[in-house]
Amino acid sequence: MKKVIYLILTLAYLAFVYYAKDMFDAYTLSILSNIGIFAILALSYNLINGTTGQFSLEPNGFVAIGAYITALLLIPAETKLDMFALTDPAPIVLKMHADFLPALLIGGVAAAFVALLLSFPVFRVRGDYLAIVTLGFGFIIRILAINNPEYTNGAMGLNDIPSYADFTWIGTIALITFVTMLHIVYSKFGRGMKAIRDDEDAAIAMGLNTFKLKTFAFMTSAFFEGVGGGLLASFLTTITPDQFSFLLTFQLLIIIVLGGLGSMSGTLVATILVMGGMEWLRFLDEDMVIFGIHTGAHPGMRMVVFSILLILMMLFARRGLFGDKELPEIIEELKEKFKKSSK
Amino acid sequence: MDMQIFLQQLINGASLGSMYALIAIGYTMVYGVLRLINFAHGDIMMVGAFLTYFGMESGLSFELAALLGIIGAAIVGILTDRIAYRPLRDAPKISLLITAIGISFFLENLFTVLFGATPKAFKAPEYITKVFHIGEIYLPISVIIIPTITLIILAIVLYILYKTKYGMAIRALAFDIKTVKLMGIDADKIIMIVFMIGSALAAIGGIFYAISYPSIDPLMGVIVGLKAFAAAVLGGIGSVTGAVIGGFILGFTEILVVALFPELGGYKDAFAFFFLILVLLFKPTGIMGQDLERGRF
Repeated sequence: MKKVIYLILTLAYLAFVYYAKDMFDAYTLSILSNIGIFAILALSYNLINGTTGQFSLEPNGFVAIGAYITALLLIPAETKLDMFALTDPAPIVLKMHADFLPALLIGGVAAAFVALLLSFPVFRVRGDYLAIVTLGFGFIIRILAINNPEYTNGAMGLNDIPSYADFTWIGTIALITFVTMLHIVYSKFGRGMKAIRDDEDAAIAMGLNTFKLKTFAFMTSAFFEGVGGGLLASFLTTITPDQFSFLLTFQLLIIIVLGGLGSMSGTLVATILVMGGMEWLRFLDEDMVIFGIHTGAHPGMRMVVFSILLILMMLFARRGLFGDKELPEIIEELKEKFKKSSK
Repeated sequence: MDMQIFLQQLINGASLGSMYALIAIGYTMVYGVLRLINFAHGDIMMVGAFLTYFGMESGLSFELAALLGIIGAAIVGILTDRIAYRPLRDAPKISLLITAIGISFFLENLFTVLFGATPKAFKAPEYITKVFHIGEIYLPISVIIIPTITLIILAIVLYILYKTKYGMAIRALAFDIKTVKLMGIDADKIIMIVFMIGSALAAIGGIFYAISYPSIDPLMGVIVGLKAFAAAVLGGIGSVTGAVIGGFILGFTEILVVALFPELGGYKDAFAFFFLILVLLFKPTGIMGQDLERGRF
């Protein structure tokens, strides 16, 4: 019975994704696509931060890797020659080319490979090194992108990226990400990851290879962030190093904290809430008239609001919307409560 | 490179290293007592520099403005602990880290909203920035003043830590917080003192930064904070002396590598990170040899 419901839901969702193009205007579609991309990023970020409990701050770095590699694979060689203003593009940059789907996958694999390299220094020691190393990693990627104009066109970034990523692509990949994440969470690996989160010593005592599990979670997370980055590049058609600042990671952090660390369905709900909220609160950054006084434009005001929101959530509602449970479990709990109270 | 330029760079390195050292002390002390990477620490440094700037703008002398900056930053540091960290003492560590990120982002964006993102020129008084020369070496006086003041401050901090009752309490807290509470010591008060000292030192580091690169902006604390943390890990997190050694090593390396290989100049901000990775790979305990899990002073 449950399986039938899930199947119908999946088909209905896919139908929505495929026919959305004809149903909505461009603005709505762009918001939907944005939500889809952020859902992919937040879901994969939640795997390492929530499910495995390893606090990392890397998404902006992996998204940048995926975005740049996918973009370079998609842009035709002649366009690259025209675009690279600071120096001539490196020969390999001119040669690399791939179709959309392979380009996304290559971007994801590259990000996963970098995650593998990072995992050796950070998972060898316990503690919070992962957070600071991944935070630094995001800066390094930006510095590399700015200082290697023969590969990245430096601070000017890449533009004229072929725009393949419509809502159909993004929505489908978001679904794949969601299903994959749920499968991992409910698998042997997922239980191992939760064991690490709850008590690493006990997990080791049970014979789990925690280093391997953490690396697996980190690489999976990086892969999907790379793919999401590729989608983002093709969706926006232009990328610059400054786009992949810590702000991106911060938005994702708010999403997964609001949804509940470790809850994939919570992350989906929170993505819609936060991305919708960002759109809705846009007026905060703009010029406002309060009692006839112009406040002037305040870029950053929204982020002040969101950082206060994050702190308040940590102080008073640490579990977020769903805690570490998934939606069906929440519904079951509510049913139980309802039964008890009606008796 | 001839000897004179080398000497000149060495002195510049000492001045840069002092800044990192001062900020690293705050990281290492807070880590020692709370096992928390205080992500907001770099932004506390920014607050100190900004308050000094506004003190001078509103007509105070440099010394008074600096005092205002230091006290202001110490108060902000204490407030972050009181409002955001103290309620989470028994919470999972991940909550504490997320809160720290929230505070950091809050301070950066609040100052951006209030004062704008454009860098502001910082005018230090002439007796600090005046250039003098020994033989062929031309230097601003600040590069001598900064390391000297840093060493004096280090001596004071070490005196507090090892010769006073409060210092003993701080060290005991780093050792075992539960036992300390059982001994009747007010742990929250001691942690408050740690935040006060750390934030005041960060503000001094921030003022030195503002003097050396005569401009300040709301995001100045991010990269410097990250580097100072790397310095603290390099020296052995939890160790104050280690933090100072790590800060100076980082300062010298940055200046000397850029002087010797100018083509690497664009990567200046990345050295600290490579240091961090190398330390984690080969000597996770840092120079002073303390275990991250049980950091000591």
